[in-house]
Amino acid sequence: MLSIKNLQAKIEDNQILNGITLEVKPGEVHAIMGPNGSGKSTLASVLAGREEYEVTAGEATYLGKNLLELSPEDRAREGLFLAFQYPVEIPGVSTINFMKTAVNQIRKYRGQETLDAVSFLSLMKEKIKLVEIDQTLLNRSLNEGFSGGEKKRNEIFQMAMLEPKLSILDETDSGLDIDALRIVANGVNKLRSKNNSTIVVTHYQRLLEYIVPDFVHVLYKGKIVKSGGKELALELEAKGYDWIKDEVAVA
Amino acid sequence: MSEITEVKNSTSEIHSTLTSSTPLREKAKSAFQQLGLPQVKTEEYRHTPITRALEKNFNFSSIQNASASLKNLNDIEIPGLDAQVIVMLNGEFSESLSRISGSDVIIKKLDEAEHREYLGKYADFKSDALVAWNTAGWQSGVLIQVAENKVIEKPIVIYNIHDASPGEVKSITRNLAVVGKNSEVTIIEKFDSIGAYPNFSNQVTEGLVFENAGLNFYSIQADHGNRFQVGQTTIWQANHSRVNTYTFTFDGKFVRNNLQLLLDGEGCESHMYGLYLLHGDTVADNHTVVDHRKPNSVSNELYKGVLEGNSKGIFNGKIFVRPDAQKTNAFQTNRNISLSDKATINTKPQLEIWADDVKCSHGCTTGQLDEEALFYLRSRGIEKNTARAMILYAFAAEVLDNIPNEKLRLFIDTMVSERLHKNF
Repeated sequence: MLSIKNLQAKIEDNQILNGITLEVKPGEVHAIMGPNGSGKSTLASVLAGREEYEVTAGEATYLGKNLLELSPEDRAREGLFLAFQYPVEIPGVSTINFMKTAVNQIRKYRGQETLDAVSFLSLMKEKIKLVEIDQTLLNRSLNEGFSGGEKKRNEIFQMAMLEPKLSILDETDSGLDIDALRIVANGVNKLRSKNNSTIVVTHYQRLLEYIVPDFVHVLYKGKIVKSGGKELALELEAKGYDWIKDEVAVA
Repeated sequence: MSEITEVKNSTSEIHSTLTSSTPLREKAKSAFQQLGLPQVKTEEYRHTPITRALEKNFNFSSIQNASASLKNLNDIEIPGLDAQVIVMLNGEFSESLSRISGSDVIIKKLDEAEHREYLGKYADFKSDALVAWNTAGWQSGVLIQVAENKVIEKPIVIYNIHDASPGEVKSITRNLAVVGKNSEVTIIEKFDSIGAYPNFSNQVTEGLVFENAGLNFYSIQADHGNRFQVGQTTIWQANHSRVNTYTFTFDGKFVRNNLQLLLDGEGCESHMYGLYLLHGDTVADNHTVVDHRKPNSVSNELYKGVLEGNSKGIFNGKIFVRPDAQKTNAFQTNRNISLSDKATINTKPQLEIWADDVKCSHGCTTGQLDEEALFYLRSRGIEKNTARAMILYAFAAEVLDNIPNEKLRLFIDTMVSERLHKNF
C-alpha cells in the first residue's frame, strides 16, 4: 500500500523529518506515536501533500506510484485521506456542496459516472448513519462554529464519503471528550476492511484503546526509533516518553 | 509644464463649459472653481488620482458627443427582469428606448425648475469639486417620484449607456428619486459602453425616502469598456424609513462611488452592501458615509473585494453619530482578498461619534487567499482552481445573499461566477 524509505523533509530552514522508513500493507493499522515536536504531524502533512514542506531526500511509494510527485488533489483521488488535526473553517461553503464537488471530481478522475443530486443524497444518508453526525451540521458552512467534537466527526464523515484506501488520522483524539472519542473511533472502525489501511498519529494511547493498531512506531527527532505491537503503546502510556529519549541518547 | 498648472488648466477647461443659467448652477459653478479638481493632497481623493486619469484621457473643452445610435438593449438589459426601463444614451434621456408604464410612479426627464426645493440640497457641492461640476453642468437626468402608500413591485432600471465608437464621450447626469410615505421602490442603475474611445460620466443621484418608506438602490458597473466614472448617491431618510444599497464594481478603468446615507429620522434602518471584483488596471474607490443624526437607528455596512492584476481598490467608510443620535447601532465591515502582488488596497474606517449611548463597530481585513482552506479542499480531491473558486465565491456570496430580487441576484451571481471561474 505505502512504502516510505528514508524520507526527509523540512519547513523553511527547519529540518523536521530525518529519514523515515515505514511499510504499510493493506488491512493494517499503524500507530505513530511520539513526544511533541517529534515530527508526527509533519509526516502526515508530507504524505497528504502540504506544500509548505519540502522533501529533501527519500521516497514514498503509494500503490506503485511516486506519491511525492502527485498534487494533493490527485493523492485524494488515488484514495489517500488525511483527517486534519485542526479542520479548517470555510465560511460560505456548505459541507454538502463541498462533498458533492469532491465526490464527483474524484469519480471523474477514476472514470466513473458523476452522481446526480438524488444518488448523492442517498449516499450521504447512508454515511450519516455510519458516523452518527447530525445532518443539520452538514447544511451549514464547513466547520464554521462547530465544536471540536463536531469538526472531528465531520472529518470522519468525509472519510466515509470518500472511501479512502489509506487514511491518515492526524491527532484525531485531540480536543475530544471520551464520548466524542468513542463515536469518532467507532466511525473509523466501521470503515476498516482488509483492503484499506490506516495510519493513526497520536500523542496518547487513549485513542488506541478504540482503534486497535497492528503496529506502533515511536517517532523522535524525525526518526522512527522504536517499533512494536500494540503493547508498545501501553508501555509508553505507563512509562512516558523519557525512557525512549534516554535509549536514543545512549545509542 | 508643472503639475499645478495642469490642474488649473483642466479645472478652467471644465469651468468654461459650465453655465450660470440658474442660481443653483451659478453657486455650484463658483464652488467648482474655488475647489478645483482634486489634487494629490486632497484628502478625500488621496489614493484616487482622478485628475491625472481624466487629464490623460480627456480634453473636456473640446469633447463633442457624437450622436449615439443604439437600436436595442440586447446584451445590456438584465435578463428576465420585469422592470420599468429608462435609457440614458450619452447622458441624454432616450424616449425611444425607454419603456415606462403605470401611474403609481412618475418617471420622467428631470426638470430643474420643478424640483428646486430638493435639488442640490443633499449632495454637497461645496466640498466636492466633482459634485459641484455635476450640479453646475448636468445635461439631463431622471425624476422618479413615488406617491404615498404605494409599493412598486417592478424595479426601475436606469441603463446609462455610452457610445464611444465614433470618439470620446462625456456625460453629466442628475437623478432625483422621491419615495413618498409608506411606499417602496427598487431602483437599479447600470453602466455600459460601446466602442473603444474613453468615455466619462459624472452622475449625481439624490434620494429622499419619507416616513416609513423603503428604497432598494443598486449600482452595477460591470462594463469592461474604456470607462471612467464618478458618481455620488446621497439618500436622505425620514423616520422609520428603510434603505438598502448594493454597489457592484466589476470592471472599467476608473470608478469612484460616493455613497452617503443621511439618517435624519428616528428608527431608520440602513444596509449598505458592496462587492468589487477588480482586475487589469481598474481603479475602484468606494467612499461611503453614514450620518446618524437622530436616535434609535440602525446601520450596517458590508463591503468586500477581490483584487487581481494591477488593480487598485480603495474603501473609505465614515460613520458619523451626531450628539442627538443616542441608541444608535452602527456596524461596518470591509474585507479584501488580494490575489496579486501588484494589486493594492487602501482601506480606512472613520468613526466620529459624539453621542455616548451607542453601539458601533468596524473591522477591516486584507489578506491573501487562505492557503490552509485551499489545501483542505484539495486534500479532498478538489482540483486547485475549483477549490480557489469555491473559496472566493463563498467570500463574495456573503454579499450576494442579501439581494432580495431573484432575477437580479441570478444576474449578478452569474457575473461573479464567471469572473471567479466557478464551474461547480
